[in-house]
Amino acid sequence: MTLQDLNTSRRGFIAGSGLVIGVAIAPKFLSAAPTGVRAGGDSALLPMNTFVRVGTDDTVTVLSKHIEFGQGPFTGLATLVAEELDADWSQMRAVHSPTENKIYANLAFGLQGTGGSSSIANSYEQMRKAGAAARAMLVAAAANEWKVPASEITVEKGRIKHAASGKESGFGAFAEKAAKQMPGEPKLKDPKDFKLIGTELPKLDTRGKINGTAIFTLDITPDNLLIAVVAHPEHFGATVKSFDDAEAHKVQGVVDVKQVPSGVAVYADNTFAALKGRDALSIEWDLSKAETRSSEELAAEYVRHFREPGIEATNKGNVDDAFKATGVQSIEAEIVFPFLAHAPMEPLDAVFIKSGDGSVDIYNGAQFPAMDQQVAAKILGMDEKQVRVNTQLAGGSFGRKAQFGSPYMQEAANVYKASGGSRPLKHMWTREDDIRGGFYRPMYAHRMRGAINADGQITAWEQSIVGQSIMGKADLDSTSVEGASNLPYAIPNLKVTSHNVKLVIPPLWWRSVGHTHTGFAVETFVDELFQKIGKDPVEGRLALLKDEPRHAGVLKKAAEMSNWGSKLPEGRMRGVAVVESFNTYVGQVVEVSVGPEGTPQVHKVWCAVDCGVAINPNVIKAQMEGGIGYGLGAVLFDAVTLGKGGRIIQSNFHDYRSIRINEMPDVAVEIIKSSEKPTGVGEPGVPPVGPAVANAWRRLTGAPVRQLPIVNIVSA
Amino acid sequence: MVSFTLNGQQKEFDGDPDTPLLWVIRDAEKLTGTKYGCGVAQCGACTVHLDGMPRRSCVTPISMVDGSEVITVEGVSGKEADAVKTAWAGLDVPQCGYCQSGQVMSAVALLQMVPKPTDADIDGAMAGNICRCATYHRIRAAIHNAANSMEG
Amino acid sequence: MKLKLAFTGLAAICLFVGAGMALSPASIAQNAQGGTKPDGKTLKPAASFQSITNQQQRSVALFQEAGKVIQHPRCVNCHPATDRPLQGATMHPHQPPVFRGDGGMGMPGMQCTTCHSPQNTPVVGQADTIKSIPGNPAWHLAPIEMAWVGKSLGQICQQIKDPARNGGKSMDQIVEHMAHDELVGWGWDPGAGREPVPGTQAEFGELIKAWVDTGAACPAS
Repeated sequence: MTLQDLNTSRRGFIAGSGLVIGVAIAPKFLSAAPTGVRAGGDSALLPMNTFVRVGTDDTVTVLSKHIEFGQGPFTGLATLVAEELDADWSQMRAVHSPTENKIYANLAFGLQGTGGSSSIANSYEQMRKAGAAARAMLVAAAANEWKVPASEITVEKGRIKHAASGKESGFGAFAEKAAKQMPGEPKLKDPKDFKLIGTELPKLDTRGKINGTAIFTLDITPDNLLIAVVAHPEHFGATVKSFDDAEAHKVQGVVDVKQVPSGVAVYADNTFAALKGRDALSIEWDLSKAETRSSEELAAEYVRHFREPGIEATNKGNVDDAFKATGVQSIEAEIVFPFLAHAPMEPLDAVFIKSGDGSVDIYNGAQFPAMDQQVAAKILGMDEKQVRVNTQLAGGSFGRKAQFGSPYMQEAANVYKASGGSRPLKHMWTREDDIRGGFYRPMYAHRMRGAINADGQITAWEQSIVGQSIMGKADLDSTSVEGASNLPYAIPNLKVTSHNVKLVIPPLWWRSVGHTHTGFAVETFVDELFQKIGKDPVEGRLALLKDEPRHAGVLKKAAEMSNWGSKLPEGRMRGVAVVESFNTYVGQVVEVSVGPEGTPQVHKVWCAVDCGVAINPNVIKAQMEGGIGYGLGAVLFDAVTLGKGGRIIQSNFHDYRSIRINEMPDVAVEIIKSSEKPTGVGEPGVPPVGPAVANAWRRLTGAPVRQLPIVNIVSA
Repeated sequence: MVSFTLNGQQKEFDGDPDTPLLWVIRDAEKLTGTKYGCGVAQCGACTVHLDGMPRRSCVTPISMVDGSEVITVEGVSGKEADAVKTAWAGLDVPQCGYCQSGQVMSAVALLQMVPKPTDADIDGAMAGNICRCATYHRIRAAIHNAANSMEG
Repeated sequence: MKLKLAFTGLAAICLFVGAGMALSPASIAQNAQGGTKPDGKTLKPAASFQSITNQQQRSVALFQEAGKVIQHPRCVNCHPATDRPLQGATMHPHQPPVFRGDGGMGMPGMQCTTCHSPQNTPVVGQADTIKSIPGNPAWHLAPIEMAWVGKSLGQICQQIKDPARNGGKSMDQIVEHMAHDELVGWGWDPGAGREPVPGTQAEFGELIKAWVDTGAACPAS
């Protein structure tokens, strides 16, 4: 049985409170495709519904509608199911669900996909219901078998028990019978009765990632596999004018060379031959529609937009009057943010395998699998049902794999199509393709103006933001201004405007989207204003966050964790920032000194997070730690820059530096106790660290950070 | 023809002698725990042990491996390997996991040479292994835990 | 910046092109155009310094010529003043970060040999700025007492003569080292994508020998 059989054998769905947990009666489920953690053991797996399968060996396998690329949905979703199922954690497994847009839709955005730190938030009730329904089915099956009332049956740690008769069983024995039960509307636990939610459960996908057995897309190696790489231009918007592949064909192992819409594809029997063949190509590029301006020239154009009115995002009170008031001091700052590549460890890749019936299986780290499926089917000229997207563990993404219109899949499918499809094909990007591949966090320029009145109060805030619209909008793109237009600080007069810039360089969300730049701009500028009026950065913020208890809560907690205000070692300085993103609140205090390269050395980060109910503190802490490292690396080291004539300068980790272990601070994380609905943690750890470091740096060296990455200003 | 052992098994390769060991391991031998991340010895995802020493297989032509012993994450064993794997699991170090084979191979090599590494030793041995998920905080702790576990 | 240094102190006419050094079209053009300007690829032969009659001045001039090699990034990068080597023509800190370790061979777990081979290794199909990984059987960092980064040519000269800072070498051994050491010789064969040091190792050896023979005088700065 393969994943596709699962789709065709589903008999129907039930909907409970709008949360679909379809019922399936496939006799057994075993994935032929290596997808994530191994599903159950070798025994039959019986479907309780579209999300939960119980094995005759007592295992419980959760079908994760969200891709696992490190942010922890396998563990998180399994925790939700296990809680309501009263399963034992050791029996839980997780695999990726098949691609089925309706059943496995992300309830936050209506299509199957992962993003916006929404995996837990949108699955919280749905997965609990899936678990509760499965529990009810197991209990009903046991009640029938034991001939006792279901109400007298209890379930605890994966054991079904009837106290009065002394009968007891695991789940496996009832799996087959339970699968035939029709569950009613499942009843969910009162959160106070949670046993697993809120505990530090070990992650389900850890083992295979330690011993090399975890399978990623790049690791799928069917027999007779063709490897394909594409030669891409060094300028955005360039196209192939002509090419000479004579030398490429001479490379032993090169099978074919074809022009594809995005460049020239080289097909080979092995990866090295493909790379060598690509190197041997001689291509003339047509730059007539290409971006030929440098980053510096672009920045100069961006700041010109500050003089224009822009699109109004927020206009509260009267900013102009506030600045004109007597005795008001005006403070200004302009900050330029570079393009950022996501640079996940596994560069983009996909494997195509044709079946005997002509249908095609695609294996890839699909963040929007249904969209990948639509796009591939269209390019291959096939019915969508004949194209199956099998989501694989992905070596990171940070937003890179979530793309409307699936442009990566367009290239991969075109390459497969051009190959003729007679052999299985793996299309892969090298690191250079990745760094130079566009879909960056766009470049942005911010101009900020703050008004301080004679009493030392911040009375007005004006912010103008210039950059590409990630959503491709002509009018206001909320992702350009989020975090600024809803400034949490109680400043009576607030005006935020946005200026959309159009470029051929494709933009994309990058871990925490708009907050990557708005968080930095807002939190560094407010800190400068506090310094100007002689207020402590924590006290100053708290005074303006009286109506924002969750902001204030994490800020106070981070300050308390760091023992804010205590005496610091010589040469050290602290900085603070608090940012809400994706309805999760994060406050961070950092301690910084001047490092050996003259750049900030961050010694310690204290992080407090409020993400509502904490499903798995272990995963939440991991995401904060990782988010801090990811955000810190970017502000310290990273920029994709266009040189003179628009050529992309960086190409690999030697010039697009990733943070490394010697640059990683010690991190302490505390989670605020909360009964609010759970919110995401994949992204919210990122935004505060940059401004917190810049704030410490400014107070340490006197130099405000007006341009990123910091390494460039320091070495300039 | 190049002859070498891979996780103790005798192997031969008669393709392009410039082929990096990484692609021989992955393409020819279909052992996929060893990862491609950069191809230029910047990220460490391809780390293997070559004659007992850590080595970036992406910049190791197979011709150089003739007569050598190659150990990958699938074959690494011994008390250091056991201690590292146990410590890694204990702290749930991996996130996406793609770099972790390389991290594990570097950490095992470090502990084989320095049974009780300091933070500076860890920086020295591990700074060549990039983790874009930035699991460094736990990697450091796990190496210390592994070292402590070997003491007893 | 360091490359510029290699051009200074050399106003004399460059008539001699290093034996065995093929001139690239670019360097020919430069010579034809500039006429008297050095191209950064050649060394004046030791014999051409005979015209300087004052022996001390001749000695200094010989060392200054040898300095085109000594102060080249190919050489200085592995004579760092810290525990971290430099890299590339821009002489930036080595990426990935590597540290000196015992004998300048790197740290346990990431020694030089983790990435560097006994020979230069071409990189195929990757970064256009990394054409090869440099390699040599003796690849390692110079000891800290031989640090050259941040020093003037005169200071380096004094250092080379000082047994406490040259590995206990006699002047004869210095000549031998410069003329025949295999790792020194790597500078003339640094692998694809890297500019070699000027001249040949034999010419460089002759300059050093002539410098020693003329009293091993050092430039004032």
